[in-house]
Parts: sequence; structure tokens; C-alpha cells
Amino acid sequence: MLLETNKLSMVVFSGDMDKVMAAYIIATGAAAAGMEVTMFFTFWGLKAIQNGKTTGSSLFGKMLGVMNRGGIDRIGPSRLNMGGMGRWMFKKMMKAHNVSPLAELQQMAADLGVKMIACQMSMDVMEIPRETLIPAVADVAGVATFIEDAAQSKVTLFV
Amino acid sequence: MSNADVVLDLKGLLCPIPVVKVSQAIKSLPVGGVIEATATDPGVLADIPAWTRTTGHELISIERQEKLINFKVRKVK
Repeated sequence: MLLETNKLSMVVFSGDMDKVMAAYIIATGAAAAGMEVTMFFTFWGLKAIQNGKTTGSSLFGKMLGVMNRGGIDRIGPSRLNMGGMGRWMFKKMMKAHNVSPLAELQQMAADLGVKMIACQMSMDVMEIPRETLIPAVADVAGVATFIEDAAQSKVTLFV
Repeated sequence: MSNADVVLDLKGLLCPIPVVKVSQAIKSLPVGGVIEATATDPGVLADIPAWTRTTGHELISIERQEKLINFKVRKVK
């Protein structure tokens, strides 16, 4: 039995800009408070840690790769995206209010030692190869890895 | 201006950057070292005290003067 430590484990299921932003703000805040932070990116969440290259090997996989193109600068808000206009508007408004762009928050999280892990099963299903993930991704793993981590954590979140 | 070891200008920065910058700056200080900072985000009034309670560092003072929020933190461990 492993002891509970000063850790935070988070599942990032969503690939929406607003939710991913919340995830990275919590992760950087926790790291700044001295916590050990792990983020598990699964399903749509993988979009946030993709480098923007097209993915897919089968016909459906390639279609998904085009319609669901990854990359932290490409993801849109969960509401009012309006075919990308919402994303453009939010980026403008965030800049006007001096909020860090998502890519900067992600880099800051990596610099603070936040561990980013990608879900192997989602990668297989969605045909997203390891080479299309950003270098900040430390590992590719499954649910047992998350549970081991979560069981030792004081804080667990699902975004 | 003061007896602080590090002076941070956090004006114009929003959550989570002020807390992140303070946590990064405190790493380079010896125990007992003091950070003095000025911010403009009102969220800092709640967040810096919360951050010191979580990390165990000492909040010497935090005060708002119109649009500016000045605070001092001492490294405890």
C-alpha cells in the first residue's frame, strides 16, 4: 500500500480550449504550491498534447485526423466556437486582458515539472502515433498507471 | 525601497502567473529571504495568502493601495 502524498492527479478528457485552460491553470497552480502533478490526457484531451501533424492510418482514422486536428493552438471553446470564430475571439480577449496564451501555460506547466501522460488506448483507437505528440509528453500509459498515481494523490480531478 | 531580497513586478499579470512567479522566485532564496511584490490582479488578495498557507511560507504583509496590491513573503523552509 502506497502512502498518500502531496500529489495531484488529473484526467484531461476534454479537448476544448476553455476546459484545457482550466486544467493547465490548476496544474501550474498546484505545481507552484509544491505539489507533484500528473496530467493524463485521454480521448479528446489528446488534442491538447498533439503537435498539429495530421494523423490516421485507416480511412476513418484519416477522416478523424482531418476533422479533429490536434494542437493546442487549434482547439476551440466548448461553447460559441462558431466554426473557429469563437476561438479567434477568445484568443483576442485573452490577449486584451493579458491572460497567458494556452501554449505558454502548457510550456510553463512543463517547466514546473508537471508530468504529462498520454493514454495508449485512445491513441490506438484514434490512430494518433507517438510522433504526433509534443516532446513535453513524458510517457504513454494506461488506466493502471493513472490509478496507481491517483491512489497516492490528495487531489484527483476529471476535466 | 525596502529590505527585500527580491522585488517582483507582477502588474498586469493574471492567474496563475503571479503565484507561479512568486513560487519560482522563492526557490532561489535562502531560508529567511524576503520577496516583495506589486500586483494589480485583485485575485492576488485571496491567492497569495492561500499559497503561503499551502506552502508554509510566511505572509509578512499584503495591502491594497487603490489599484496596486503590495505584499511581502518570507521563505520559511
